[in-house]
Amino acid sequence: MLDKPHVTLNLGSAAVPAATMRPTLRSLLQRHLQLLVMVLALLLIAVVFSITTDGSYLSARNVSNLLRQTAITGILAIGMVFVIVSAEIDLSVGSMMGLLGGIAAILDVWFGWPLPFTIVLTLAAGLLLGLWNGWWVAYRKVPSFIVTLAGMLAFRGILIGITEGSTVAPTSNTMGLIGQSYLPDAASVAVLAVAALVILGWRRYQRGLRQQLQLPTPAISREMMQVGAVLLLVLAGVLLLNSYRGVPTPVLLLIVLMLAGGFVARKTLFGRHVYAIGGNLDASRLSGIDVARTKLTVFALNGVLVGVAALILCSRLGAGSPSAGNFAELDAIAACVIGGTSLAGGVGSIYRAVLGALIMSSLDNGMSMMDVPTFWQYIVKGAILLLAVWMDSATRRRA
Amino acid sequence: MALLEMRRINKTFGQVKALDGIDLQLQTGEVLSLCGENGSGKSTLMKILSGVYPSGDYEGEIWLAGERIRARGLRDMEALGVVMIHQELTLVKQLSIQDNLFLGCEPHQHGVLNEARMYQRACQLLQRVHLDIDPDTLVADLGVGQQQLVEIAKALGKEARLLILDEPTAPLTEREAQLLLGLIGELRQQGVSCIFISHKLSEVKAISDLICVIRDGVHIATREARQLSSDDIVTLMVGREIRQLFPREPHAIGDVVLEVGPVTAWDRQRPGVQRVQNVSFSVREGEIVGIAGLVGSGRTELMECLFASYEGRYQCPLRLRGQALQFRDNRQALAQGIVMVPEDRKRHGIVPILGVGDNITLAALPTLRRHGLLCEASETVAINDGIRRLRVKTAAASLPISQLSGGNQQKAILARCLMLHPRILILDEPTRGIDVGAKYEIYKLIYELARQGIAILMVSSELPEVLGISDRVLVMHNGQLKGDLPNDGLTQEAIMGCALRQEEASHAG
Repeated sequence: MLDKPHVTLNLGSAAVPAATMRPTLRSLLQRHLQLLVMVLALLLIAVVFSITTDGSYLSARNVSNLLRQTAITGILAIGMVFVIVSAEIDLSVGSMMGLLGGIAAILDVWFGWPLPFTIVLTLAAGLLLGLWNGWWVAYRKVPSFIVTLAGMLAFRGILIGITEGSTVAPTSNTMGLIGQSYLPDAASVAVLAVAALVILGWRRYQRGLRQQLQLPTPAISREMMQVGAVLLLVLAGVLLLNSYRGVPTPVLLLIVLMLAGGFVARKTLFGRHVYAIGGNLDASRLSGIDVARTKLTVFALNGVLVGVAALILCSRLGAGSPSAGNFAELDAIAACVIGGTSLAGGVGSIYRAVLGALIMSSLDNGMSMMDVPTFWQYIVKGAILLLAVWMDSATRRRA
Repeated sequence: MALLEMRRINKTFGQVKALDGIDLQLQTGEVLSLCGENGSGKSTLMKILSGVYPSGDYEGEIWLAGERIRARGLRDMEALGVVMIHQELTLVKQLSIQDNLFLGCEPHQHGVLNEARMYQRACQLLQRVHLDIDPDTLVADLGVGQQQLVEIAKALGKEARLLILDEPTAPLTEREAQLLLGLIGELRQQGVSCIFISHKLSEVKAISDLICVIRDGVHIATREARQLSSDDIVTLMVGREIRQLFPREPHAIGDVVLEVGPVTAWDRQRPGVQRVQNVSFSVREGEIVGIAGLVGSGRTELMECLFASYEGRYQCPLRLRGQALQFRDNRQALAQGIVMVPEDRKRHGIVPILGVGDNITLAALPTLRRHGLLCEASETVAINDGIRRLRVKTAAASLPISQLSGGNQQKAILARCLMLHPRILILDEPTRGIDVGAKYEIYKLIYELARQGIAILMVSSELPEVLGISDRVLVMHNGQLKGDLPNDGLTQEAIMGCALRQEEASHAG
């Protein structure tokens, strides 16, 4: 039997088992090919730079730096995945991050506000700017490319206006906590332990639900092995970082936001609606999903995440600068795309986008260590972006 | 007490009166078919009933089980158990069956999805529509027939009392359609009423208790289905008698113009699977060859190979008037006079935002140049010519084509193809979703073209259509050519038998 009919209805016959859908090794490989390529690319980058830098690329100090550099792009990419999956785009995040960073710096330096107030107000400002973008897109039906292009220009303008074109510095010591501090060794191990408990608890809860409804449940040993493998890998990373100064706070923020983002994307109503809207707008509308409200929420969420990234940036620079965050939107979009997010909407993963961000910053970091001239760095990054998307579409066509 | 009563429904779009005082009644567990040509107001009426047009957008009253209904939107009507299954499937292909079943009404706690509950309910719902597939399967991996069943399961999940099915069988093959009709009969026994819209009168006859005919927004008649013959329905719909649906005309058949094959095509997704296996056939000048077979039997793929537009790997040697050819892309096929009208009009046919005229000249623009520039005058002449020749009904050539009825869109696409002066014309489902009047005109056109010596290959899921106009019928099944039968006393049973009998034989062997 070479060719099964494309459509089989199986009405009234119990003969066709759902088991025909069991994944084969081949189909698994095909489905995860992209993830595999990304991991291989990271390994390749690590090997090449380790050789060219005599091993200092993989030193605890550099890995710590590298991850800190990933934090900002990674957090921006988390918000951007939601935007792109809903079949929109946000070009304003670079300028928005600059503006929010500027606001944080002004509150800190000029007004001497305590840190918690600065954080709350910056995030609230991020929420407002996100709502602004989202309102125009969702309720005024202006294409998001235009709305956020306008935002890109206007937010930058506001930033230059309120800072009078000069750098706002130096920020207070407490401000430095966000971007420059490290977790105590014991604390990061404790956080990891709590995370492990939460994950196992969630899985257990899910198993309970399935059993209660008499559904097949995957073997417990297999599930434990999956969770265990990931936890071991993370633990190894934590120990490596602890051998330098500990887990950097921005990295912790990135990981927490990534997990939260992944949960929202895959396990909540809102996330499901975002994927549905990007996949088939009409179907979603006819299914009674409030499309406008969902899109507004996507942009608002993105705004808050930009606020987090802005605080980290401001803290790391120790200043608010009129040019802060230039081109950051392009890095975020590139990270999403390298992570397999489809610009046509409906397809994308938070984790892979963060992995994409890691690949981008690994290249940055490695090339800087090798003293590769800046112009080459731009060219290489451009080429990688093109290559990633080409490979994706090429394998999809052939697969 | 009637389950549903619609009273004196009026609806206007700007100056145009779409519905004029329509009344409709339906009892619990009844199936009512709504018949009318495209543009007669069926869809508008159903959009009012399903809540797409909210209360206040129209005049008149809707009563459901004795209560006056004033819906603000789709959701209100769905909450009352009135669920519409739209003509174009409205599933999100990137999501799983289970995600689609509960789209917009997912079971959750504080916004967190309860996936176990979803899975369990999905299994139950799929069982009710006899679909034996894991709910975690992506919708993109399903066939059209299966997707249709998922749509119905989705409606059942909303506790539907009244299902509105708009052309549910249009994309299905004969056999799938039969199964779907059987399912509607089953649901009726469970007390689910149904309003059914279809252009296939045999289905309407087979399934309905009542038939309601609408013409130009006016209610013409509602009768019991057994009292009406198919001819009666057509007469009521069109308002004049169509003597014969298939205007068969004698035409001369000339020499062999094209020899095809052996064609083999591999699946795009799974390179090991052959969609078309070693198919060879030939076509004569002025001959109309019908290609029958189930959806997925490889008929569309075969035509795409011939037109060099198939996206997977394939081999398709051709001899055109004795000259051996192998096309690299479909531009070369076009240059040799092989032209195709694609199956999926919305996706591959029209450019919706462009005008009717721009759509007609799209393919032939290079011939309308003068000194390298597009000559507007010759374009206008060509457009007017095409519109006149094919009797495309449009207010203006500049009107966006998406505003035309399906039949007129199809005529515009045919006009586009004819501008290329085809020698071989491939028609893939040329009358899908088109009303009786427009079908008739398209059949007449096919004969006219055949008389001019153009060879015509027509793929169709509707066997009466294949039998009604073909000179010869090719039967495809499972990627193989099962029969090459002259249409001389040929019956539907003979064609289905040809496809299926041999399948049994291959199973035995």
